[in-house]
Amino acid sequence: MKFFMKIMIMFAFISTTAFSRLAYADAAATIDTGSTAWMITATVLVILMTIPGLALFYGGMVRSKNMLSILMQVFVTFSLLSVLWALFGYSIAFTDGNAYFGGLSKAFLAGITSDSIIGEIPEYVFMTFQMTFAAITPALIIGGFAERMKFSSILVFVSLWLILVYAPIAHMVWGGGWLGELGAKDFAGGTVVHINAGIAALVGALVVGKRTGYRKEAMPPHNLTMTMIGAALLWVGWFGFNVGSELAVDGTAGLVLINTQLATSAAVIGWMFAEWLLKGKPSMLGAASGAVAGLVAITPACGFISPMGSIVLGFAASFLSLWAVSGLKNALGYDDTLDVFGVHCLSGILGALATGVLMASSLGGVGYDDGITMSAQVVKQAIAVGTTLVWSGVISFILFKVIEMVMGLRVSEETEREGLDIVEHGERAYQD
Amino acid sequence: MKQVVAIIKPFKLDDVRESLSEIGIQGLTVSEVKGFGRQKGHTELYRGAEYVVDFLPKLKLDIAIDDDMVDQVIEAIIKGANTGKIGDGKIFVYPLEQVVRIRTGETGSEAL
Repeated sequence: MKFFMKIMIMFAFISTTAFSRLAYADAAATIDTGSTAWMITATVLVILMTIPGLALFYGGMVRSKNMLSILMQVFVTFSLLSVLWALFGYSIAFTDGNAYFGGLSKAFLAGITSDSIIGEIPEYVFMTFQMTFAAITPALIIGGFAERMKFSSILVFVSLWLILVYAPIAHMVWGGGWLGELGAKDFAGGTVVHINAGIAALVGALVVGKRTGYRKEAMPPHNLTMTMIGAALLWVGWFGFNVGSELAVDGTAGLVLINTQLATSAAVIGWMFAEWLLKGKPSMLGAASGAVAGLVAITPACGFISPMGSIVLGFAASFLSLWAVSGLKNALGYDDTLDVFGVHCLSGILGALATGVLMASSLGGVGYDDGITMSAQVVKQAIAVGTTLVWSGVISFILFKVIEMVMGLRVSEETEREGLDIVEHGERAYQD
Repeated sequence: MKQVVAIIKPFKLDDVRESLSEIGIQGLTVSEVKGFGRQKGHTELYRGAEYVVDFLPKLKLDIAIDDDMVDQVIEAIIKGANTGKIGDGKIFVYPLEQVVRIRTGETGSEAL
């Protein structure tokens, strides 16, 4: 029976990937109303992840004097990049070009009409779904240099980053570029979204420097209630993110649903018990952080591995990220304010590499492409991870340096003391 | 006249107010304060960042009374605020030079 189910899942997977994910040019395709209805819902769920989800998750962790700056950075980044995605990003990511960049044939959404179809959904729906990914990814980066970066510099950075980093990486992995051709597997964005954003955040934290008073003054989160609400909204919205990445309603969508839930739950439990054991107390912030680590790790793997594999992956991600945000971060001394590197980059890398192992049919996964062994798949995964780290790391570094020279990256020390809310935005989150 | 200043645990406010009412005290001022004494603070751990919190929240009561009430008031505060555990707080007594009721202009004991 179990064997039979595996075969069914495999068939469902093969048929849908062959059909829906790669069928850009399928002119004879027709719209499936069920899949379209779900994909519209999934798109809206990813918006829920970002605003309010990510904004509150991040906002609760900063000091109260910087609350609005975080909410604004996430809210405006999301809006700005939605527009830029329609103008250039979508075309660069999802049209034919070379191995690294797509073309500009769909810039300004040229040629797309209500009748355009991708797979079995309207292209407008596909494009908007992808837009939400492009808009949340740079918003994740903000956590790395929270509480000290100029708002104007952030807007310039995320705009350039979308065009020069996100869109090319999305093209390489999903849009017909060389990593997709190579056979690297990334179901919903472990490389494209999380490793990509995580490494950029670390580079940003290093270039802009530590917060004034870091490690000398207490900087506790100002409202963990909001962080919990934000984490919960991320969790809910992530079903749109992961399940929606199947771009259809089918058996794989069901597999992704259960895998996402199990990995996340396992990571909450894993982080909590590890923290309880090592630090003495199970904390709410720990549980919320575990949820996000689990969600990140399962993102690349969710359509390829088994539910039991997802539990293992969730536990592993929670231990890795817990170590990263306490041990590694303290040892190296960098000030990645909200641990974008420790949670998103490292759990993303773990998920991407583990996909190569846990997708083996002997481990209950959907199995490899014809003639591919586990070690060959892991190598492909590592190439995708390495490419993303280098591409995003190097270009982000150059962008930060250029912006620093042209307009400055950092607010004055006085502004930092006063709080970004009052100085940069002229308002306060809380009236006393 | 005397001014009695008491630092107490926040959750004992109602008990103290009750025991003071029983001996006829008709007014007091409460402020939220932070401080430390023999009671140790606690540590808070947020991911990798550990903070020692030395200053604990307490309430400060200001009560102005006639000299002959001092012992009774001290007794009432102790009765209301005592838990027997470290951190119950302290009582300070100061001489009070003058009291004025703003509405009527009354001074001294009449204004209490």
